[in-house]
Amino acid sequence: MPRIAIKASGLEKWFGEGEAKTFALHGVDLEADFGEMVYIVGPSGSGKTTLLSVLSGILRPNSGSVQVEGTDIWSLDSDHLAEFRRNRIGFVFQDYHLFPRLSTAENVAIPLILKRKDWNQSTKEALKYLDAVGLKARAELPPMKLSGGEQQRVAIARAIVGQPDILIMDEPTASLDGDTGRAIVSFVHQNLLNENRCIVVVTHDERIYEFATRILHMEDGRLLGVEECAAIRG
Amino acid sequence: MRGILKLAYKLLVNDKAKFTALLVGITFAVFLMMFISSMFVGVLNHASATVVNIGASMWVMDPSVQAITSSIGMPAYVLDAVRSIPGVEYAVPLYSGGALVKLPDGTYQGVTVVGLDDTSLLGRPMLIEGKIEDIYAENGFIVVADAEYEKLEKPHVGSEFELNDHRGVIVGVAKVTVSGLFGLPTLYTTYQRAVQYIPNPRFTISYVLVQPKSPSDVAEIKRRVAALGYLAVTKDEFIKKNANFFVFQTGGGTNILIMTLISFIVGLSISGQTFYTFILENLERFGALKAIGTRNSELVSMILFQAGFTALTGYGLGVGFCTLLIYLAKLRLASYAAMITYPSLLVSLAMVAIIAGISSYVGVRRVLQIEPFDIFRG
Repeated sequence: MPRIAIKASGLEKWFGEGEAKTFALHGVDLEADFGEMVYIVGPSGSGKTTLLSVLSGILRPNSGSVQVEGTDIWSLDSDHLAEFRRNRIGFVFQDYHLFPRLSTAENVAIPLILKRKDWNQSTKEALKYLDAVGLKARAELPPMKLSGGEQQRVAIARAIVGQPDILIMDEPTASLDGDTGRAIVSFVHQNLLNENRCIVVVTHDERIYEFATRILHMEDGRLLGVEECAAIRG
Repeated sequence: MRGILKLAYKLLVNDKAKFTALLVGITFAVFLMMFISSMFVGVLNHASATVVNIGASMWVMDPSVQAITSSIGMPAYVLDAVRSIPGVEYAVPLYSGGALVKLPDGTYQGVTVVGLDDTSLLGRPMLIEGKIEDIYAENGFIVVADAEYEKLEKPHVGSEFELNDHRGVIVGVAKVTVSGLFGLPTLYTTYQRAVQYIPNPRFTISYVLVQPKSPSDVAEIKRRVAALGYLAVTKDEFIKKNANFFVFQTGGGTNILIMTLISFIVGLSISGQTFYTFILENLERFGALKAIGTRNSELVSMILFQAGFTALTGYGLGVGFCTLLIYLAKLRLASYAAMITYPSLLVSLAMVAIIAGISSYVGVRRVLQIEPFDIFRG
């Protein structure tokens, strides 16, 4: 019996007021289980990124709730919400957002440092994760010296170093060529998806659909349908 | 928190160009503020050189006197009247005036002549060569070996010169606590010889030096001297009066204030602008940190640490450069009028703290405004 990782119900989010009011989310309900790699797909402006932000505790919805293992995250105050993101969620941003003035290992160690772990211990632990993504040899280089695919892998290492149970990936292949993008997502599916982790991916890229366990189609802020896929669950 | 501060430190110092620009701005501002205020304090200190060197407890003068150099002669009865005040232990006259000395090579050099009371020699300097009683010898003068000493061609005991067509003989070489401000060598002699050699108006007593019997007599002495139409002040009050003259009557104080403000504005402009650019360039990354789970208070600590670290480093460098420059200047010119004082250090530190505060306030506002959602939106 799969455990529910995220349960969202009645999510509404709009921007602006009066005539300028625009709905980004319109009554969205969804569930994502541990062991799942759920894709949110849809055209630009369909509300994918807004939904991802609401699910990950970054953007407060105007109504509705998001429960992570039974906890309504939007009932938490800002400090507890930050702590929730720090401990439970790993982010892979579309543009990576790596720190160019830090070494690759230091970039990966940031979530541990934010958890008040010792600097040296954090960078040492970061090396293990860099090893896991095949970049241990590049640990001392600044991220700018790495290729796009390597930077994406560094971003993934940073996202998982804190061992989060929910991994949020925003357009993970957008800045990569087809083969590299596919290789990255394949790596995530094979190595990071397990029965204690839920991975939510926002993407446009149909070439990586084969790794999804479920695909949620969005348009105009609404969830149009759910497509069960053949990919193996974690 | 140590790890977060180390992260802030690395983000700051690893951006070498910006960090250097920040340091240059603060260091330059501190250097200017320190140097200007040190020079001014030095000038004020040297301006009261005669008061410090004579060392009398109380000074009686014409009420119109604004500074030690602008003495106004007082009639002899003032001395007698002061001596008759019950709280006065003793009172002696002092002459202070200017003269021209003709040197052996035929050139002329302006000097300050201090005439000490013939009986007590109150206010005499400490001799490093010669004997004090030789001041009573015919045409005897004591020369002060300060930074201006060379202008009299370094005379020694037995050297002769002409002062207003009178023969003068050096009978002693002295050292003093503080050199004069105006670049003139100083000669000490007896009061009687000073008024005899130097052309004077009708009244010849520049100041009356007073020793009160006890500190409690000071107020009464002041009151009784005021009743005579003159002014009695303590040594410290006279030093302050001299300082006030330079601060408020010569424009020096206004200039120093303007220069300090300019230094502050220059420092604030360079550092504030650079720090703001630094924050702007890292804004998305601060947003990413926020998304990852950094609390606002932690981000604020990071920015305050960066601003504080830069400010303190720049402050140290600025004070260091200022000290070095003054030290080098004093190697070349012993009486170079610059002094670093604790108030100057504190004022500069406060100014730097304000610069850091304003710079970080702007940065903190921007960082707190950024929404992690903006990072997702790109």
